Amino acid sequence: MTNLTVSNSTLALGFVLVLVALIIGYIEKLHIDKDIIIGVIRAIVQLSIVGYVLKFVIKANDVWLTLACFVIIVINASYNAGKRGNGIPKAFQSSLLAIFVGTTITLGTLVFTGSIKFIPEQIVPVTGMIASNIMVAIGLCYRNMKQTFTDRHQQVLEKLALGADIKLASLDILRDSIKSGMQPTIDSIKTLGLVSLPGMMSGLIFAGVDPVKAIKYQIMVTFMLLASTSIGSIISCYLGYKQFFNERKQLKNDLIS
Amino acid sequence: MTNIFNVQDLSYQVGETKILKNINLDIEKGAYLTVVGPSGSGKSTFMRILASMISPTSGQVLFNGQPLNTFEPTEYRQKVSYAFQQPTLFGKTVRENLVFPFEVRKQELDESKMIANLEMVNLNETYLDKSVNDVSGGEKQRIALIRNLIFPPEVLITDEVTAGLDAENKNIVHRMLNEFNQRGLTILRVTHDETEIDDATDKIMIRNGELQND
Repeated sequence: MTNLTVSNSTLALGFVLVLVALIIGYIEKLHIDKDIIIGVIRAIVQLSIVGYVLKFVIKANDVWLTLACFVIIVINASYNAGKRGNGIPKAFQSSLLAIFVGTTITLGTLVFTGSIKFIPEQIVPVTGMIASNIMVAIGLCYRNMKQTFTDRHQQVLEKLALGADIKLASLDILRDSIKSGMQPTIDSIKTLGLVSLPGMMSGLIFAGVDPVKAIKYQIMVTFMLLASTSIGSIISCYLGYKQFFNERKQLKNDLIS
Repeated sequence: MTNIFNVQDLSYQVGETKILKNINLDIEKGAYLTVVGPSGSGKSTFMRILASMISPTSGQVLFNGQPLNTFEPTEYRQKVSYAFQQPTLFGKTVRENLVFPFEVRKQELDESKMIANLEMVNLNETYLDKSVNDVSGGEKQRIALIRNLIFPPEVLITDEVTAGLDAENKNIVHRMLNEFNQRGLTILRVTHDETEIDDATDKIMIRNGELQND
């Protein structure tokens, strides 16, 4: 732990790196200076608050407080996933169920198998990792679903006209959308260790943990993300595709145009 | 003759635009009705309502004496089948397209039935494993029609299915539809084809969303 030497003054010096991004944006006339500044300020404020909150939660070591953190993370992730729904009705509710079930099953399995302990310093960050990954997966699922319903609406109409139920009429779209949510996780797994030394592993090595031990945690994270993005993608897609049809099993034109 | 459809005061509008205005029409069972009218007059919208692909804004349609909206939509569409002007073939091969109606009805595959239907439209067994990219426009339309007719519905609605087809393909489609009509299938067809309009014995015209008395 003695190797961790980031202080307020070193952070302030590190701000030079932000200036690099700002200068590039200015020279190339990208008009992203405002976005960069807002992003940086938000990151500093949000992370500072989270740092103090986590310090309090870990110190309190209370089950209810830990569960409250879990609920807040899940709701927040669902809200953001819902926003990526691009007008798909009930996107927040579908995301909430997908993220809640995905996070609970994955977290429950990890606790039950003894991979992690039910203590705030493990539960809160792992919940965050799981929920944020499902959130990204759901966003991809929704985007793909809306696009493919638009591109293939003629085929869906023809299948409906032949008497197919909405599930059979959308089966290809459903499969492609679930796959699109899971694909980034699968792709990143393939390059683990070769291209990237992911967050969990890097963090532990940074903190002085033996790299061989650190990879065990990373392998656990890999399993966890694979399971959670699968569960989240499947639930959100199965709830999402139904929103493209009305109660008479007709394709809603307002969602695909 | 009993009526298969009773259309009562049917209207359809999108926003403020009225596409169909108070249509009243009875269609007899076994009819071969041709629907004509200028482009954008509301013919296809009318047909899509009869096929339960969209619902009317007001008025109602009775099918065999019962309101259309009381039928379970998928069961209804197996009885009243809609064929599109430019159909897309599903999957990779022709076979997948002919398997689809069996999947819809959760029935065991019957390859001899598929082949018999292909032969009905002058195609043979070898077409089953042909790629959907290797069939011509006319063949595509004939295969698409088999999807509608392999389990014969009570009504077939065709929306300009012969548009863009050459004379030979048109004849094959006409012969097939006539045969099914003679066996009792009610056919409602939308067309702009002069020969089809001239040959039609039973026709109605829709203009500006209204049914015109010919």
